[in-house]
Order: sequence, then structure tokens, then C-alpha cells
Amino acid sequence: MDDQALLEKAAAIRTDIVEMLYRCQSGHPGGSLSCVEILMALYYRVASVDPQNPSWEWRDRVVLSKGHGCPALYAILADKGFFPREDLWRLRQIDSHLQGHPDMRKTPGIDVSTGSLGQGASVAVGMALAAKYKKARYKVYAVLGDGEIQEGMVWEAAMSAAHYRLDNLVFILDHNGLQIDGSNEQVMSLGDIMAKFEAFGFKCRKVDGHDIGGIAGAISAPADGKPLFVLAETVKGRGVSFMENNAGWHGKPMNADEYGMALDELKGRHHG
Amino acid sequence: MAEGKSLRVAYGEALAELGAQNDKVVVLDADLSHATMTSIFAAQYPERFFNFGLAEANMMGAAAGFAHSGLIPFASTFALFGTGRAYEQIRNSIAYPKANVKFGLSHSGLSVGEDGGSHQSIEDIALMRVLPGMTIFVPCDPLETKKAVFAAAAIDGPVYIRVARPVVDVITVEDAPFIPGVANIMREGVDVCIIATGLMVKDALAASEELGQKGIGASVVNMHTIKPLDVDCVLQMAQTCKAIVTTEEHSVIGGLGSAVAEALAGQSSVKFARIGIQDKFGRSGKPEDLFKAYGLTALDIERQCLSLLR
Repeated sequence: MDDQALLEKAAAIRTDIVEMLYRCQSGHPGGSLSCVEILMALYYRVASVDPQNPSWEWRDRVVLSKGHGCPALYAILADKGFFPREDLWRLRQIDSHLQGHPDMRKTPGIDVSTGSLGQGASVAVGMALAAKYKKARYKVYAVLGDGEIQEGMVWEAAMSAAHYRLDNLVFILDHNGLQIDGSNEQVMSLGDIMAKFEAFGFKCRKVDGHDIGGIAGAISAPADGKPLFVLAETVKGRGVSFMENNAGWHGKPMNADEYGMALDELKGRHHG
Repeated sequence: MAEGKSLRVAYGEALAELGAQNDKVVVLDADLSHATMTSIFAAQYPERFFNFGLAEANMMGAAAGFAHSGLIPFASTFALFGTGRAYEQIRNSIAYPKANVKFGLSHSGLSVGEDGGSHQSIEDIALMRVLPGMTIFVPCDPLETKKAVFAAAAIDGPVYIRVARPVVDVITVEDAPFIPGVANIMREGVDVCIIATGLMVKDALAASEELGQKGIGASVVNMHTIKPLDVDCVLQMAQTCKAIVTTEEHSVIGGLGSAVAEALAGQSSVKFARIGIQDKFGRSGKPEDLFKAYGLTALDIERQCLSLLR
């Protein structure tokens, strides 16, 4: 897929997210829209996965630790052929395999059940350690939210990743600067995130979190035998202007007008 | 009778023996390997032993990651820090996705002794029992501890093994079955049935002996599996005997006593009492002094039986 096709794909994924979230009248638009390119870089550029064999033992692992961003992941997994696209329209409905937060026992292609913030980071550490023990060469990618790194266990996980020299582990931070109650700065300052992960023993890189090529390059480049931390600067609600940089759209359902405006904008961008 | 030993030593030895047979077994600890005795495994299989330092939440999450990768992790720390501090990691990263994680947690109950109430886990069974799909073993002696480890490895799903700290005499026999969810009836009598778990099985046997001398037939059920509970056995005992007494080194809220009460509710009007820690925290002291102070001795069991039969 060339860069132009990827741009169009990103708009299509965002359209799916808006459609899914409008239909279920719940869920998290802001944080789903901010992580689209991060997940696309993984699924269309970097990670080795097989939609025909989701539990292929030697696949790369993707852990969406910020599980509430799952509409983006579901749209991508459907596009890749892990399950039929029609399933997307039953998100969060009873008897749907698409749960409000990712469920590895229900949805093909989900590697770890997440949603309770912080835990995906530790599960990813365990998977990376297991890969080392099995002498397997696959990598483990965990996507974290910025509010999420306020959870203490993320730092326990970071400490253990460096201690065990997990150069097969990549943490990617979706840094959109906002969380439910406001900005990170207002709620609980994160300080110098790069310096913190560096001090914990990670190789650190910062990228434009909406540049698929840049993200793919940053997460693929060698990390000097260390676990890798990639800080992806993103915009919460990216692609839907009235949601952008607005903490209020963390978990708010769209009304019919808002849904129409969002679709117009995304489809305009898609064709423009 | 085989020589007694600490259940945690039996646990560590069993892990090493299991590890010899199955290279998918990995062991995790949180800076307590010389207390949980996973150090025995670590010495033999250093490449399969992972210390997480004082970070129980991360250890439990990582255990799920090992399980999701096809391995069989046994994670160990003290019962309080495993089931308590890391409760939600066990809940969401292990139980919810049915991860094949085993946690053998030591220093459960009052028998921790001198370290006191901050370290005496009286609620771990309750916390684990409410989790769907969780299996809970409470072995009563070294032989049963070893069997519990091997049985846990054979189960596909999360298993909690509650390991006590003290040196315990062997009170079961090598060829006694250990079938998850099937209680072992160790004495049969028709007057009263004592359902015991863990360290209290020994006291239940002693109480049964004393009651026998007074002409009272007391059954003793070794309920080594708290979940799934052997409900058939409980209901059968409720029919056979005039009274049922449960006994455990755990709060009477949420543990064996509660589980048996739930099984009996609406099914039986048998006389019933629970011996355990009566909604109190523990405190420092020698284990035997604590057991006396909290009413967890053979004499307490005997008196409770007599009082119900009166």
C-alpha cells in the first residue's frame, strides 16, 4: 500500500470509527481517532500477522493497552480480514464479539484482553519475556495512552522491561495530552516523559503520531539492545474538527447532527 | 508416617519436580523466593525463573503474558500481596481472559504468626472465590501440596494454591486421590460432620478422635478444593449427619464456611456452624497461641460440635 492509499485508508478507518460509535451511542471517539495512524503503522507496515491464522504462534503481538481505543483496532482488523466488516456495526451490542474493550477470547486478532489501564504494559512484558525464553523472534508492541501512564504499574513494567533487556518490546505512547477530566497537565502532570522512560532504561524516540511512515520507521529502527519507547505526538479526536483537542469527546456519544458533520468532514477529506 | 515439612518447602520442591517434566513451566516471584521457596526451582532452572522485585501487580500481568504465549507460569508471593495488592490484575488480566496462570501464594492465614496482622491474609479465599472460572486449592499437608501443584498444571485456566507457612505433619497418604472439586472423606461418622480445609484438617481429625471417645461419630471431610466446591458431598453429609461444622484458617466471611452455607441454603435444614476468624484482623504471636486466641483448635471444633448436637 503506497502512502496515498494509506492516507485514504486512514480516512476510511476514521469513517468506520464514527459509524460504529454513532450506532452504539457509547464508546470513546477521542482516543480512538488519535491512535489510528499508530495502529495502521503496526498493521500495515511493521507487524507480521496472519488474518487467516490469528493465533499463529510466531506472529508479532499487538497489545492495545489503552483498550478504550478499540474501535480503531476493530476497524483495522476488519479491514485486514480477521472478521467480516459487517460485525463492526454491532459494536457493544449483546451477542456481538466486539466488546466495549478488547476481548481476546471473543474477537479474532486481539492478542490481549485490555481495558483496565496499565495492565497491558505488564502483559506485554510477560509476552516479551516468554518470546525470549522460547527463543522466538517475534516482537511485542504495546500501545499506551498518556493518561494511562499515571498508573503505577506501567512503571513497574518499564523497570522490568529494562532489567530483562527486552529489546523485543516496544511501548508506543499515544500522547494526545488529554484525559477524561481535562489535560494531563491539569489532572496529573506527566513531566518529561522522554526523560522518564530514558531513565528507566528505554531507548526513546519521538514522532509525529499521525505520520504512518515516521511511526513505522521509529518502531522498526534498532534500539541498542534496550526496550524501545516511542512517544507519538497525536491529536485527540483527530480528523473530526469539532472533536479535536477537546477532552469532552473522550467518551461522549454523537447526536445525529454531529454524526453528519463528522462524516461530511471525513468523506470530504477522503475524496479531497 | 512421612516426616513433616513446611508446605512452602513442599511447594518449591513440587515446582522443581514439575519443571523437570515440563519445560513449559516457568516460575515468577516478587522478591520472596526464599520465603515462598520458589528458590528451589530457581536454583535448578535459572533460565525459567523470573524475579519481578517488589512489584506484584506487574508480576501478575506478566504471568498472563507468559500464559498467552503458551507457557505455564506459576507466580508466587505472600497470599496477601498476591490476592490483595494484585487483585485487579488477577481479575482482569488472568481470570477474565481465562489465562492459564497458577499462583501458589504462601504465608496465608494466621499461621504466619509473629509478622502480625498486616501480613496475615484472612481474606484471600474470599477474594479469589468470587472470580468466575477460578479454581482454589487449599492443601492440608506436604503430600497434598505436591498433588495440588501437579493438579494445577493439568488444569487449563487460573488456579490459586493457598500455601501455609508452618511445618506440618503428613496426615494424608501417598495414594490418596487428589481430584479437583472432589472432597476426601477422611473419617466417617453419622452424628456430626466436620468440613475442614488446609491446616485445620489436622485439628478436625483430632476433634473427631476426641468426639469418638465420647461416643459421638464425627465425619471429617478434607475440602482441599474450595472452588469448585464438592456440593454433592456437602449435601450428602447434610443428609447423613445431624450437624455440620466448617473450619478454616480464614475469615468466616467468604471462605469455606460461606461456600458450604451457600451450598446448604434452601437445600437442607441441618444444624450448621462456621469456625474461622470472626471478622477480625490477626495480630502478632506464635501460631499456636494465635490459633487458641482466635478459637481455631481441635478443642474449639469439638466444643462447637457438642454444642450443635445438644
